[in-house]
Order: sequence, then structure tokens, then C-alpha cells
Amino acid sequence: MVEWRSAAAIAAALAASLAATGCATTGASGPGGPVAAAAPKAAPAKTGGSGKSGKSASEAPKPLPPGLDPAANPDPFPSTYKPAPSTPTAFKGATVLTATGARIDNGVVVMTDGKITAVGGPDTPIPAGVTVIDATGKWITPGVIDSHSHLGVYPSPGVSARSDGNEATDPNTAQVWAEHSIWPHDPGFDRARAGGVTTLQILPGSANLFGGRSVTVRNVPSGTMQGMKFPGAPYGLKMACGENPKRVYGGRNRQPSTAMGNVAGYRTAWINAADYQRKWDDYRAKRDKGEKADPPKRDLQLDTLSAVLRGEILVQNHCYRGDEMAVMVDIAKEFGYKISMFHHASEAYKVGPLLAKENICFATWADWQGFKMESYDGIEANAAIAWKAGACTVIHSDDATITQRLNQEAAVAMAAGNRIGMGITEAEAIKWITANPAKAMGIDKQTGSLEPGKRADVVVWTRNPFSVYALAEKVYVDGALTYDRTDPRYQPKSDFSLGQPGEGAFHP
Amino acid sequence: MIRTLMFSGAALAALAAAPVALAQPIAIVNARIETAASAGAIANGVVVVDGGKIVAVGPAVKAPAGARVIDAKGGVVTPGFIAGSSSLTVAEVNAVNETRDDRAGKLSAGFDVQYGVNPASTQVPLARQVGVTRAIVTPVRSQGGGGHKDDGFDGHDEFAGGGVGDADPPLFAGQAAVVKLSDDEDLVLKAKVAVALDLGESGARTAGSRGAALVLVRSALEDARAFARNRSAYEQGATREFGLSRIDLEALVPVVQGRTPLLVRVERAADIRQVLRLAREQNVRVILEGASEGWLVADELAAAKVPVLIDPLVNLPDSFETLAARLDNAARLERAGVTIGIQGSRDFNNLRQARLNAGTAVAYGLPYQAALKAISANVAKIWGLSDVGTIETGKTADLVIWSGDPLETSTWPTAVLIGGVEQPVKVRAFELRDRYAAPEGARPRQYTQP
Repeated sequence: MVEWRSAAAIAAALAASLAATGCATTGASGPGGPVAAAAPKAAPAKTGGSGKSGKSASEAPKPLPPGLDPAANPDPFPSTYKPAPSTPTAFKGATVLTATGARIDNGVVVMTDGKITAVGGPDTPIPAGVTVIDATGKWITPGVIDSHSHLGVYPSPGVSARSDGNEATDPNTAQVWAEHSIWPHDPGFDRARAGGVTTLQILPGSANLFGGRSVTVRNVPSGTMQGMKFPGAPYGLKMACGENPKRVYGGRNRQPSTAMGNVAGYRTAWINAADYQRKWDDYRAKRDKGEKADPPKRDLQLDTLSAVLRGEILVQNHCYRGDEMAVMVDIAKEFGYKISMFHHASEAYKVGPLLAKENICFATWADWQGFKMESYDGIEANAAIAWKAGACTVIHSDDATITQRLNQEAAVAMAAGNRIGMGITEAEAIKWITANPAKAMGIDKQTGSLEPGKRADVVVWTRNPFSVYALAEKVYVDGALTYDRTDPRYQPKSDFSLGQPGEGAFHP
Repeated sequence: MIRTLMFSGAALAALAAAPVALAQPIAIVNARIETAASAGAIANGVVVVDGGKIVAVGPAVKAPAGARVIDAKGGVVTPGFIAGSSSLTVAEVNAVNETRDDRAGKLSAGFDVQYGVNPASTQVPLARQVGVTRAIVTPVRSQGGGGHKDDGFDGHDEFAGGGVGDADPPLFAGQAAVVKLSDDEDLVLKAKVAVALDLGESGARTAGSRGAALVLVRSALEDARAFARNRSAYEQGATREFGLSRIDLEALVPVVQGRTPLLVRVERAADIRQVLRLAREQNVRVILEGASEGWLVADELAAAKVPVLIDPLVNLPDSFETLAARLDNAARLERAGVTIGIQGSRDFNNLRQARLNAGTAVAYGLPYQAALKAISANVAKIWGLSDVGTIETGKTADLVIWSGDPLETSTWPTAVLIGGVEQPVKVRAFELRDRYAAPEGARPRQYTQP
């Protein structure tokens, strides 16, 4: 059984595991697999002091109701996602980008029981009984992963009644969970799927220093959020640097109104989180010895923050400027947690070596910049320069339109590097929207590349996906055909779209 | 790579320093020429420029003796692209209010963007790097969009930094201007080319409802007519009370006289029909911007000869006025015979994506050359710029040489000519790029000179 660990032990374990990992966010998951799967089991309250004290049952401490013990049920809104039915399928003749760095011409990809079972050249054997699709002239990639989305929490239509993405009532709202704001009928999910997006990280907005928990979802039609939830994916914690928190709260004459106010806010919160962790550690230690102990009062905000300190929740940090990223790195060291990814990161190119050294991914757009001061130095070559410095590079959307063409976005970022002779290949750049976001989201053991054993999240493109003319033709989630541009039976429409002008059509 | 960088840096410096004499003809050779005119594409041809004009174009044309020859190396030459409605030169940083000169403030139709045009905007050289050589600078009603939901720039909440001071914006956003995007001190080619007007949800926000907005607009146009008929009565205070100030009425006079179009921002099919009716009844010319449900009324738009400026990527029911938005809006409008101009959203960086938007429209059924025209010839036609937009003899030499297909993700301009003058590549974003792409030296990067 996985015990709750003290913050110090976690920091040490993290440091050890991080040293061994590449792009680095897998460190947070550890060898035991995804964090949520390895999260502490429900405290065996009924066994009380575990018998060591030899006291009678009548003297044992009373069990805590599960809702009052943060360890009792770390997954109170569990995923009900089940892969849709699939038939074993093989593709022949396509150009395959595996997102492991390989490009296979005239390649074969086999999917069986929702998993990738074979990837290789034209001689790769195809088992009997498998439906074979001739994909000559097409390109095949892993399903696109958008690591920064507000679909569902800022859905279409964008009316105030559905504006659920920013709990902008306090600079620290680590207690809120984006999944409780997701409206699964957001028609934006359908559009994103038609762009090849099979997995999304849905984040709270950036009004606050701590915006709340993000959640990772499979991009499948569902009537409930739970039906989309990616099984076993770790949670993220949305943090925000820079202009937004100080503008929102400074405008109300509250802290933070300055960059230094932001930093004081982060540090204060981590001190409180460590204190909360210590109180629960002390309580458990006493309880396990059969000593009398009062349980601390559960605090949802500190639950999330302390789970970051334990390495169970991944920090997803909105941060535009390079110098601010450097400050955030030091704060993480000061309190012993890990930043999984900087989001937006318009100035990643100024701190590429730092990101590479600290094993922190960065996610950015190709060229969305200059709309505010902290993005004024944004450049098209941002991703390419930081990539060249060895940083784990991710292209994200943060937008319901851009998410539909992350392939183009990655292509523009790649071209900006190649314009100055970087020689970035498609086999490499495809990682920016597949394998690398999977790492930053802690789901890279399950998806993000075409490798045997992984979930069969697959996109068949009409042509080279880095071309402006490319379209996602078939999109598979866990081996199941989830979208087909050529077959209306596989073009799901959200409840909202029914009976509307154009009937929610988004196909030619 | 470093060598390449240094070399290209030196080449650029030389290019910027060299006096580009208009007197010397220029011949662009070894190029695929996309004329955006009836000649279509010329697979391998030559364009000759002299005195700022295109003097010859074709497959069999020879470079004249003494001409400076630019070898396109098998690339593509297009007309300079034209941004059909943009904040270029009047907005540097969206969220920095002090850099925003695209809003009317206390005025309405009378606001005139021409006086705020900033030729030193860092976005001018950047725009040339996406092939844009001219822009129609159009005022916006309030903050003008841009940004993203995370930052709250889309009006979801109060986090927008740029919308300050427009608590009660007017229906009429003000008067537009045409600018060239060359390395010059005075960019304004023509002012007062349209009066911009927001209807639909945006207009309803100001007036209270769509109906109220249209009544106010009709009333304003009638006031402008009455004002124009008898200015002296107005000066003597002998007219009835008008809803707009003298300044605003004055701006609407050329509109009601049919000399200047209204640029009407509208999305919903029913609202588009209302605008067509307004145009008919008031006898005013209109250009539509937005029109994401335009495909539903394509035949009516074609019959009324009303052109539209669209962002073909709009396909979300993001509001109740874009429920029918589709990715083939451009293709369907074009097929119906509507003159379309393609642009990004108002956000500058999306404007830069106009050529990619045209490419995406091709993926959704718009013929390739129609897509090229939608960012060049059509925009010129919509705005009455008869001297640009195509590669034809006699036209102003606004030309872009591309490394490949200009609608693709993987290409860039290798040379940009405006008025026959090759433009310097002095782009702030490139200077930042080159500073940080180079290996770190002994001293801080801030010592590296561009």
C-alpha cells in the first residue's frame, strides 16, 4: 500500500526520478504508473490503530467519515469512460509519423482491442481477421493532444451563463476543479475532434495565482463529464504568473497588484500547504500508534496544494515571460515541488537552456503574440529556438478555433525554425502536439505515440498534416472510429447543435 | 547555421543600406507568377518593374538591359496582399490602451483613424513578412477582440486590459483609411474610405436591441440627409434636433450620397437581410464584415452585389448570431457569385494568418486562385483600389516573392516590393530571434547588435 509521504521524502524521491527522465514530467508519475492510479487507498478507518497498540476496539479512535479524510477517497468523481466498440484494423501504405522520432514510408499500423499492436514498414505482418484499410497517400499520426483547452468550461455559445472558467473571486482558488465546470455538450468538442484532437487538458482560467485543478479528458461524445474523464490521468494545478492576477485583484485594491505581490501569494500558499501536510502526517502517525489524535480539518484548497508537494498533481503554469519563469523555478525549488509545464511561454526562447536543465516543458502558439505586454516579445521562432536548446516543446491552443488545427500551428512553428536553418523534421515536430503534451500531462505511458501497447489514438490525414490543405479524415480513440469525414454516421453532433440553423453542420 | 545567420544578416544590412533607385528597372525572373487576374497563373515567367509600376509580365518577357535582376529561384510571385479590415498602424499592443488609436472615444461616425496612423509600428515590417503590403485601417467599436479566453480578451469577463474608456461605445465606429505598409514616413494613401458600423449583437449592446439599433441607424442616415440639404439652416439652429453631432453628421453625408460605403459588421443571416434592406431603402452602399452565416443568404448577397470580408475559420456557434457558421462559408459564397475578401479576426496575429486562412478555405472547397484573389484582387476591388491587387501591366508594383506556395505553412517572402521599391527586412521579431538563436557568448546577449 502506498503510504502518504512527507513532503521532504517526496522532494528527494522526485529529484531522483527526475534525474532519470527525459522531458521530465513523467517523474511526477513515478514508476508505479499514473498518479491517480497510485494514489493512496482509502484509509482503512475501521482498523483504527492497525492493532499495534493492543488496545481494545472500543478504545480505538473513531473512524473519520470519508468526506473528512483527504486520503479516504482521492477520486470522488471517478471516470466512467469506456472505449467504444472497435474492430481490429490495420492500415497499409501510409506515411506514418510515430512521434517517437520515426517516419515510416509505406508503413503499417495495426490496432487490436483498442491498443496499438504493431507499427512498422510494408513487411509488417498483419494478423488474420483484421480489417485492412488501404491508406496509400495518407498520413498517420497519433491522436492530437491539446494540453491547454477551455472547451466545456468556456463553451460555445460563449454567453455569461456558461462562463465557468475563472473563479475570479480570490487569488487562490486551488480548491476548485475544472471538471465541475465542464459542459459536455460544448459543440467545440466536436470541432476539435474533426481536427484530430483525441485528448484534451481542460484548465481553469488564469485570473488567479492558483486557478484550480485541471482535468484530462478523452475527446468522445458523452452526456457527462465523467464519461469523458481520462482514466488514471493525474490532475494538474493551474497556476498563473504575470499580468492577469495582478490586474484582476489590483483592480479591486487587493493583493496581488504587482509582480512581487504575485510571488508573495505563491510562497504563502505553499507554506500553508506544507503545514497542512505536516498536520495530517502527525495525525496519521499518532493514529497508527493508537494514540489519541484529533484529525485536522479537511481543506479542499490545501488538499490540492499538498498533493502537488507530494508529486501527485502536476503544476501547469501559465507564464509568458522568461524572467518570470526563472522566478517560478526558484519557488518550486524552495518548496520542493516540480513544474510540469509553462503554458503560453512567449519567451521560452529566452530561457531554453533553463527549461532544458530543469526538465520543464513549455507550451506555446506558433505566432499569437503582441496582444499584451507580457507577450510583446513573442516571436514565431519561439518554439524552435527553445526546442534547439533541448527543451520539451509543446504547441497548444487555448482556443476553440486553434485547437481544430494544431497541425497547422505546429507547422508554422516548425517553418519559423527551418527558415533559420534548424532542419526540424516532421517526425520531430509531430511530437509537439502528441508525445510531448502527453509527457507534460503525465499520460505518456498510455498515449501520445504509435507504439505497441499504447492506446490506439490514431489520426488518418488526407495528406501531410503539416500542410495547410491537410484534413483529419478518420479519428480513432482507443481503436474505435470516433470521427470520419467521409461518413455521416461518424460525425457526432452535440445536443446543443440539434435544430439550429445549419443544424450544427461543420462539414462541407 | 551560425554562418548562415551571419551571412543573411550581412546581406540584409547591405540590402537595407543600398539606395534602391526607382530609376533602375527591376526584373523578377524564374518565378511562377500568380497574377490574381484573368491571366491566372504563369508557370514560369518574368515581371518587369519600372518607375514603381509593373511594365511587363509574361512567360516570354525578357529582363531589359540594365535592369536589376531578382532571381525568384522557382518561387512564386503574387500581388501584395491587402488586409481588408484591420487595426494595423493604429494599435500596437491590444491590451495597452495608450497604444490603441482605433476607437472613436467621444465621437461616432466622425472619428477618423487617419490621424493616429503610426508608420513606426513594429507590426508594419512584420506584416510585410506575411506578404501584406496594404491595409484598410478600420475603427472598432470597442476593444476589438483578439486575445483568448484564458486571458478574458473575448469579453467573457473583466480581465481585458484594452477595453478601458469605452463604457458606452457608439454604433458608428468611425471612418476608415487605406495605408501602404512600406518603409516610409507617410503611409496614408486615402482617408475616409468608409464609415464602420456594428450591428447584430454588438450593435444591440449599445442600442438595447437589434430593432433599436436599426431605428437609430435609419434616423442617423435621414438626419445626415437633412443636414446635407440645408447646412445653413443647421448653422442658424433652424433645423429640428439631430441625434448626432455636426462632426458625425458630416461624416455620414458621403454615405447617404452613395459616395462612401458603410462597412457593416454583422453575422446572423437575418441581420444580413436587414442590412440588405437598409441599403436598398436608404440607397447606401455596404460592405459586410463578419457574415459567418453569409452562406445562408449567398444568393441575396450576390444579387445585391454586396461584397463580404470574412474569416473563413469561423465555424463555432460561439454566439447566438453564429449558430450556422461553417468552414465552407467562403466556398459557398464564392460559388454563389459573391465577392469575398478573406482575413483573420481583428487580432493582429490572426490578421497575419490571412494567407493561411485562405489556404484552409481551399481545403474546404474554395478554388485555389479564388483564394488568392480573396486576399489580393478582391480586396482591392471591394475597396476601389484600382491600382493594386493583381499582377498586370500598369499596376503599382506591390509584389511579393515567396519561397513556395504562398498559402502554405512552410513558406515565407524572400522579397517584398511596394511601389516598386524593395522593402528592408527590419523586423523586431527577427532581431529578437537572431539574438537568442545565436549561441551564448561571454557577454550578455544584450550586447549583440542586430
